[in-house]
Amino acid sequence: MKYETVIGLEVHIELATESKIFCSCSAKFGGEQNDHVCPACCGMPGMLPVVNKRVVDLGMTAGMMLNCKINRTTTFDKKSYYYPDLPCSYQTTQWFAPVCVNGAVEIETSKGKKTIRIKQIHMEEDAGKLVHDDWTDTSLVDFNRTSVPLIEIVSQPDLSSAEEVVAYLERLRTLLRFAKVSDCRMEQGSMRCDVNLSIRPEGSDKLGVRTEMKNMNSISAITRAIDYEVARHIDALENGTEELVQETRRWDDIKGKSYSMRNKETAGDYRYFPDPNIMPVVIDDAWYQRICDSLPELPELKKQRYITELGLSEYDAEQLTQSRAFCDCFEDAYAVCGMAKEAANWLISDCYNILNKKQQTADMLRISGKALGELIKLVAEDKVSRGNAKKILSVMFEQDIDPLAYATENGFIVSNDTGAIEETIQRIVAADPKSVADYKSGKEKALMALFGKCMKELKGNCNPQVLREMLLKCIENA
Amino acid sequence: MKLYITENGAKGANTVVPDDMILTKTMPTSAGSKMLEGYQGLFDAEVITRLTNAGYEIGGKVNVGEFSIDLLGESSYFGACTDENGVLTSAAAEVLKTGDIKAVVAMDVNGMPRRAAALSGMVYIKPTYGTVSRYGTIPVACSGETVGVMARNTADCREILAAMAGHDDKDGTSLSEEQCAAVKTAGAPIKKVAVLQSLVNAADADTQARITAVCDALKAQGVEICTVDDDVCKAASPAWNVLLSAELCNNVSRYDGIKFGYRTPNYTNIDELYTNSRTEAFGLLLKTAILYGSDALSTENYMNVYDKALRIRRVICEAFAALFAQYDALLLPACSKTAYKTEEVGTYTAVEEALFTAPASISGLPVVAAGGVQLMGKAFSDDSLLTLAALYE
Repeated sequence: MKYETVIGLEVHIELATESKIFCSCSAKFGGEQNDHVCPACCGMPGMLPVVNKRVVDLGMTAGMMLNCKINRTTTFDKKSYYYPDLPCSYQTTQWFAPVCVNGAVEIETSKGKKTIRIKQIHMEEDAGKLVHDDWTDTSLVDFNRTSVPLIEIVSQPDLSSAEEVVAYLERLRTLLRFAKVSDCRMEQGSMRCDVNLSIRPEGSDKLGVRTEMKNMNSISAITRAIDYEVARHIDALENGTEELVQETRRWDDIKGKSYSMRNKETAGDYRYFPDPNIMPVVIDDAWYQRICDSLPELPELKKQRYITELGLSEYDAEQLTQSRAFCDCFEDAYAVCGMAKEAANWLISDCYNILNKKQQTADMLRISGKALGELIKLVAEDKVSRGNAKKILSVMFEQDIDPLAYATENGFIVSNDTGAIEETIQRIVAADPKSVADYKSGKEKALMALFGKCMKELKGNCNPQVLREMLLKCIENA
Repeated sequence: MKLYITENGAKGANTVVPDDMILTKTMPTSAGSKMLEGYQGLFDAEVITRLTNAGYEIGGKVNVGEFSIDLLGESSYFGACTDENGVLTSAAAEVLKTGDIKAVVAMDVNGMPRRAAALSGMVYIKPTYGTVSRYGTIPVACSGETVGVMARNTADCREILAAMAGHDDKDGTSLSEEQCAAVKTAGAPIKKVAVLQSLVNAADADTQARITAVCDALKAQGVEICTVDDDVCKAASPAWNVLLSAELCNNVSRYDGIKFGYRTPNYTNIDELYTNSRTEAFGLLLKTAILYGSDALSTENYMNVYDKALRIRRVICEAFAALFAQYDALLLPACSKTAYKTEEVGTYTAVEEALFTAPASISGLPVVAAGGVQLMGKAFSDDSLLTLAALYE
């Protein structure tokens, strides 16, 4: 029998806020254990939650990027369960009125385009982490991640293969990174995914027994987990190897197997109810409009505009629109220098190389686009040589500088003083009669040696064309 | 008989004493429970900060029943208070009677301080919900509990309330500075008071006599007295019991033996650690409320129990709004009797007696317990209620 796979995803995304969802502790990844904690996020009695408005901003932004309806009155609820990494033994989340509902995302796979419906997006707090110490055979709790804001994006069961799941996740990642909602780094846990999966005979409209897989932290692990789980379900149905039950399973990527964590019978009742300490958040027109206005142009529209309006090649436009940071820098640089192709080149080759050396991703580009534009102008106007401009660019990655001021202070300005150039050339030519003789006897390389010596003496601050012409003239007369 | 859980020797007319539900960074806060015995909070409650800033000295911590949901404090792990005749008293009223202090700041979770004041001749005001910050109070039933003041007279209550009330960014339910200011400024005099007859009928003869006496005293001062019989008030108690238990069950779930509070020595795995810590440290009334609340929130019962209680709360609030369109204040008993012998009080007596205190708890409306009765008013009429109570002080 042929089967089809039915998959719904719950994607957790850590929001790019400075502080946690209900207190002012840092929400940064890492740090010494229990460094980012206060009485509120470690559950001490007497602390009351106060909603970080930035979390609502980003929740709404995510919803708008995914074509959701925004609930203009959104509320927080408590979800109760016992686990040592959950300090209050309840998680504050959204159950009754999540911030966004009824969205849709278009994905593209080898089978073409498909729309995946979003059921809802809700805001919630993250839990802490347990650290198991094998030496003392104890478990310790790290509350740094406790109350870091998350959104959970719940899809409808519209996905039917690992390929579609990957396309969906990559689409979410692109959109949310573009909107600066999150850095969506699976390896750091800022994007996590639970897979709800069932199979059914092809064409059937009845859903099969569903299992939920947790603990997946890479796209490739998700692919492996889905393939494994589909095979397990089919095996169970066809060969009766086991009875499928509705349960939560843990994916072990090293062993390449999923394991039962808890089934319907052992699952606790979460006892959701509205949090009486958090008043309903009412999103008025001004707030709604502010978020609408802050939405970025979609990457594919940007790419099209770069090609048609700015005359970039398809390749350049594609490269730039991989990252919001590159787009922002490019647009700022272009606004200053007016040279789209030049600005794109500097970003795609020079900036990209520097990031590579620093082992950073495109999203981590932090240089000022305005300064890059100034630098491009200096090169175009022959005020700074391209070689020196590259040196200045490296400095721009380390500190905020004004390229012109920096070039002036550090002697990177191209000299128009032909007298000084002439003087340098004559000195070098006079000091090296051998090279002059070699050149005159037909050794082209000797000219390059003299040229290099002059350029070095002039600290690169000379138009190469001008230097070459003046050097040739000088050799002829020598 | 333990009046203070922690004593710090502070005495005098400038001294205000918090009950053991209010966190202080220099003294432990135990909420009357073995679970939090010796628990040292890391910060002062907002009311403590405000009182200190206003120049008051903060005295020791007054004993309360476990998480302050009982009748008069009898469920305290540290012992109940009784007088020489075996009559149950409250630690809050006793320290006011015997000690040289100005007032007790007491958390009104389930009406305990109102009963305590009514039975001892003290005055207690539970202010309009949201006008006094709950930051730094042990959370139990957050949607209705309020920090209030008990004192010997209405003037002291008014003075301390004025020092405590005000907007606090640290409490998401705190009202605006303008709204909070209303409870601190002189309110319109109350001219028309309605007696809630159905609740009077549920009290004993001595209590009914007190109601009559207060009515007579008010009439003599020119206040018009009417009678209303609104059965919806009777729904307040069962609905409040659901809300209180549900919120309590959730709020005390943080006491799991892992982070702070009591941890059992008897465990071999994490489930036993949770279960035995809580079994050994919580008293019977608390355990009952946890089970009741947990059941009310279960998937099976949520709509029929918890959600229904929320809807009843709204109906009650609307009914009170209608009453306050006609009357300035409501007069009702604070409890069914004028004294409780220890042997008459069972674990669940407080649940029965909530009949009288739940209307103000569930609606968040201000209420003053004075002269053995309660005076309830519309939101922000706190000052007017104190003025009214002063008429028969």
